[in-house]
Amino acid sequence: MTIYLPIAELSVNIFIILGMGAAVGFLSGMFGVGGGFLITPLLIFYNIPPVVAVATGANQVVASSISGAITHFRRGTLDMKLGSVLLVGGLSGATVGIWIFSLLRAIGQLDLFISLLYVVFLGAVGGLMLWESVNAMRRAARNEPPAPRRPGHQHWVHKLPLKVRFKKSKIYLSVIPIVTLGFAIGILTSVMGVGGGFIMVPAMIYLLRIPTNVVVGTSLFQIIFVTAYTTIVQAATNYSVDIVLAFFLMLAGVIGAQYGVRVGQRLRGEQLRALLGLLVLAVGLRLAVALVVTPEDIYSVVMGVGN
Amino acid sequence: MPWRVLPLLLALLLPSLAAAQMLPGQGTQAEREGLEIGTSTSEIAITSDFRGADLTIFGAVTNTDDLLLAIGQYDVVVVLEGPREDATVRKKERVFGIWINASSMTFADVPHSYSMSSSRSIDDITTPLDLTGEGIGIDHIPLRPIDFAGNFNSLNEFRTAFRRLQQGGGLYERDPSGVRFVSSNLFKASLRLPANIPNGVHTVRAYLFKSGKFVTQKSQPLRVIKTGIEQTITDAAHEQPIFYGCFAVLMAVLTGWGASLIFRKD
Repeated sequence: MTIYLPIAELSVNIFIILGMGAAVGFLSGMFGVGGGFLITPLLIFYNIPPVVAVATGANQVVASSISGAITHFRRGTLDMKLGSVLLVGGLSGATVGIWIFSLLRAIGQLDLFISLLYVVFLGAVGGLMLWESVNAMRRAARNEPPAPRRPGHQHWVHKLPLKVRFKKSKIYLSVIPIVTLGFAIGILTSVMGVGGGFIMVPAMIYLLRIPTNVVVGTSLFQIIFVTAYTTIVQAATNYSVDIVLAFFLMLAGVIGAQYGVRVGQRLRGEQLRALLGLLVLAVGLRLAVALVVTPEDIYSVVMGVGN
Repeated sequence: MPWRVLPLLLALLLPSLAAAQMLPGQGTQAEREGLEIGTSTSEIAITSDFRGADLTIFGAVTNTDDLLLAIGQYDVVVVLEGPREDATVRKKERVFGIWINASSMTFADVPHSYSMSSSRSIDDITTPLDLTGEGIGIDHIPLRPIDFAGNFNSLNEFRTAFRRLQQGGGLYERDPSGVRFVSSNLFKASLRLPANIPNGVHTVRAYLFKSGKFVTQKSQPLRVIKTGIEQTITDAAHEQPIFYGCFAVLMAVLTGWGASLIFRKD
């Protein structure tokens, strides 16, 4: 059964879209990630124009992040104050990102830029995940204790001015690195169509030393608002949010996520991270291959004023 | 208004003048052939699941020379021309092993779609020079560059690529046997409407040739309107983009929130 996607301007098989949404939803539930970094490349593989894939991906992340954020809010593992500071950076980053996005689109380099960013980020994150989890598995096999963290180590981040006390997180931290992190993630949200949790969570833990229990909830809080804002601005500037595509992805995604969570609870952490790392690397590799192989046609045409 | 009555008078007078003519091929200015076309509608509404269709256009050649008609000296070309827009053609090149868009050229006011039918191949009807002069045929649509990045000397390369791509995508089509004379001077043209036909005001153009010489042309607007839920969504996205974006976010919030309510374990 095919449906016509009005903004992407092509007909797709509805079961492939639902399957994609469910699979990514399942993985996002299993690994506790938003799934934007998987859904956008998958849509590009399925010939959805990258412009539409990115904007629609951001919209889909709103849905997949919201139930997680509600859970964390109920449990009290969400630092509103910290989240709001992140959000200030996130919203300005997303605005700059949309500007970069429109500029790249005008000069015809958007598709290339999106692919390159994905190859770099997926390659780096997937590689690190795999490395770290394989090491952890080997240590577990040899019955060694986990590598010791170095607490009390005076980090450069803690020497920055403009310090503010975040009661819920029980930290006293400068707002500069927080806003900067939010800003960088905001750019990625609007250019790549991702929530950015896969970068924000490790950055908050290892760079800002924010207690792990509030990290996921707080990052979800910021992701919801930045992706919602990006969706609206993408819709207003590039007219590239495909609501039909987004609806089927979300519907399948939120259901898939529920089953993913159940399976994820039964698997061991290192194995999960190794699997996710492999998956992320595979997606990145597929994009890299597409950049290198000789295209079917070296010419392309865009119609319409303003392109 | 005398100038309004004049064509009517001429139309009434012309058949008698034509009948009085003795020798073929010696028509004077007053006896020039005329061309009439008619479509059953000035508006085509197509649903979003449209997979392409044929549009039939009827027309008549008036004041024909019977002898020339009999030996097939009249040729008709009918074109359905889509709305005019700027078109940018980009060319990829390998840079450090990666294929990137390295050069581009923008052509001004080219038809988004172009479907042509003729009584025989247009290259057999008249000379390339005449075709270019009138801008008839996929290879003769004027492609005027207004902007380029890269080497301007490759202009012809970009023009060829544009024509090839538009044909490959089904937007530019030709049928050298799409025009048939159903009676001595009545013709029927079938034009292909591609599945991805653009919305907007198209133009039906008919050209008449006599013994390889361009005689006259006639044009008529034809509005193509897409209907259905998908088109409503497209219109909303372009006309109320902020509202559309907010709606997309609301939909996401409700889907996410709804799922967390339905699957709540406590």
